[in-house]
Amino acid sequence: MSLKLGVPSKGRLMDKTFDWFGQRGIELGRAGSDREYAGYVQGIDNVELVLLSAGEIPRELAAGRIHLGVTGTDLVRDKLGQWDRSVEELAGLGFGQADLVLAVPRCWVDVNTLDDLDAAAAAFRLKHGFRLRIATKYHRLVREFLRDNGVADYQLVDSQGATEGTVKNETAEAIADITSTGDTLRANHLKILEDGLILRSQATLFRARRAAMDESDRKTLKTLLKQLALD
Amino acid sequence: MTQRSAIRAEAARLRASFEAEGAQPVETAILQPAEVLLDLYGEDIRARAYVTSDALRGEQMLRPDFTVPVVQMHMEHGAEPACYTYSGEVFRRQEDDPERANEYMQVGFEVFERDAPEAADARVFSIIFNTLKPLGLRAATGDIGVLMAAVDGLHTSERRKRALRRHIWRPRRFRALIDRFSGRVPVPDSRAALLSMADPMSGVAPVIGMRQEVEILSRIKALQEDAATDPISENEVALIDAVLSVRETSDNALSHLRDIAVDMSTIQPAVDRLARRLEALETRGIDVTRLDFEASYGRTNMEYYDGFVFGFYAENRPDLPPVATGGRYDALTRHLGRGREIPAVGGVIRPGLVVELGGLT
Repeated sequence: MSLKLGVPSKGRLMDKTFDWFGQRGIELGRAGSDREYAGYVQGIDNVELVLLSAGEIPRELAAGRIHLGVTGTDLVRDKLGQWDRSVEELAGLGFGQADLVLAVPRCWVDVNTLDDLDAAAAAFRLKHGFRLRIATKYHRLVREFLRDNGVADYQLVDSQGATEGTVKNETAEAIADITSTGDTLRANHLKILEDGLILRSQATLFRARRAAMDESDRKTLKTLLKQLALD
Repeated sequence: MTQRSAIRAEAARLRASFEAEGAQPVETAILQPAEVLLDLYGEDIRARAYVTSDALRGEQMLRPDFTVPVVQMHMEHGAEPACYTYSGEVFRRQEDDPERANEYMQVGFEVFERDAPEAADARVFSIIFNTLKPLGLRAATGDIGVLMAAVDGLHTSERRKRALRRHIWRPRRFRALIDRFSGRVPVPDSRAALLSMADPMSGVAPVIGMRQEVEILSRIKALQEDAATDPISENEVALIDAVLSVRETSDNALSHLRDIAVDMSTIQPAVDRLARRLEALETRGIDVTRLDFEASYGRTNMEYYDGFVFGFYAENRPDLPPVATGGRYDALTRHLGRGREIPAVGGVIRPGLVVELGGLT
């Protein structure tokens, strides 16, 4: 057996993850060509690198098909019910920072808080005959946040990309999306509600609580955590 | 007998006993059009119901409850008064608690009747009460109508009352609104700034999206009017709190609410209804001196119940959901009837829980 470590298979998130492990004496890399999703691990034995889409890592962790995985806290919390029962946060990696926020058009001078949004949603529904639409791909997190804060008369519409453009395109009235600098929001004439921070997220190393491990895996995990200074 | 067939057998017995009480058995489809349920319950229903779809009928939901299809069926071609029973599976998505069932049986008893609503309340409650008697459950009761009447009685603008009524079922926001309307918490800085501007729309970003400038201006006007409205008095806030904190046996609750009605006469009709209901319950042999009443019962999870509400709980099994729940849902028939309405009260028993608790025989 070997310890399976899931890492995002491309982009900045992969590079930064490789750097983070590299700085701690564990070299991760992609084997063969750029197109091949196989990896290697040097600096520790019995650890296998599994390259996956960042969005699939929560599911693989929950199923116990990988022992460790790097992905965003936002994805883990949105995709896993009772996430802290299936995974443990070992370390925030200090990159991939992003906030999940609720944003509305900047021209809505009367809407600055959730309280305003709720009142605007009620009036909107009366006038237009349907619930105010909020575009997002983080359905669970947004729904729970709005329920906890008692916002009514809205509906979520699915948006897997270019979410900031949905308001101008009139397929949504507001959005809930990840932002790091807020530049894209501003460019699309949107503003964040004062109390509209749903979640602070960063790339995080998770351990699967339910993954099967034998004696040698446990030893490997101990060695790995020691080397990463997480023991 | 397997657990599943034991539950089916219990469901059949329950339905037969409801039929013996004069209910007509009805069936509804398992797949329900999602639109109606979404319009009624809002986004929360997506967290609770399984959604599926096809190219012809679009989004559909696996029946999360029977109330909506039974009300629709009645409003389309029901004679009055009517009394129905049904039995079948409902489906609830579970995202947080793996212990909770995502598919279970419900057996229901629903009464649609215009006259003597308190007698109908008592009829539904006592039939379920007597059916479940062997299990020794605790009955919880409440009445959303009393709180609604208290809101109606506030000396404040119709707009504020509407906002409070809208959030009766969301206690946290209801409290936040009370705090703001009574001046207990200050107006947020951003709103104060907005209200002090001569022309708030000048120089702002381009108007994008479907919510138009006129809608923004009309809300600003509403906010200005609201800022000029006197705060809800401390005295009235205290009365609302007094209503919300009523929690005792029904006979004591009634006399307590009568005391409150001296200072808040608008709740008097609702208190009278409670009195008539307790009388009707006594006539049916329920000991109201041992029946719990809680004015805020049903506020967090029973939206669209707008009068009498009740639930039955196994006290030594706090891990279980209520064995039976029900109440009056006149507002729901008003909403689904698009202008027409019919007073309705009903309740459901979960035969699976009855079996788990040892059965009724």
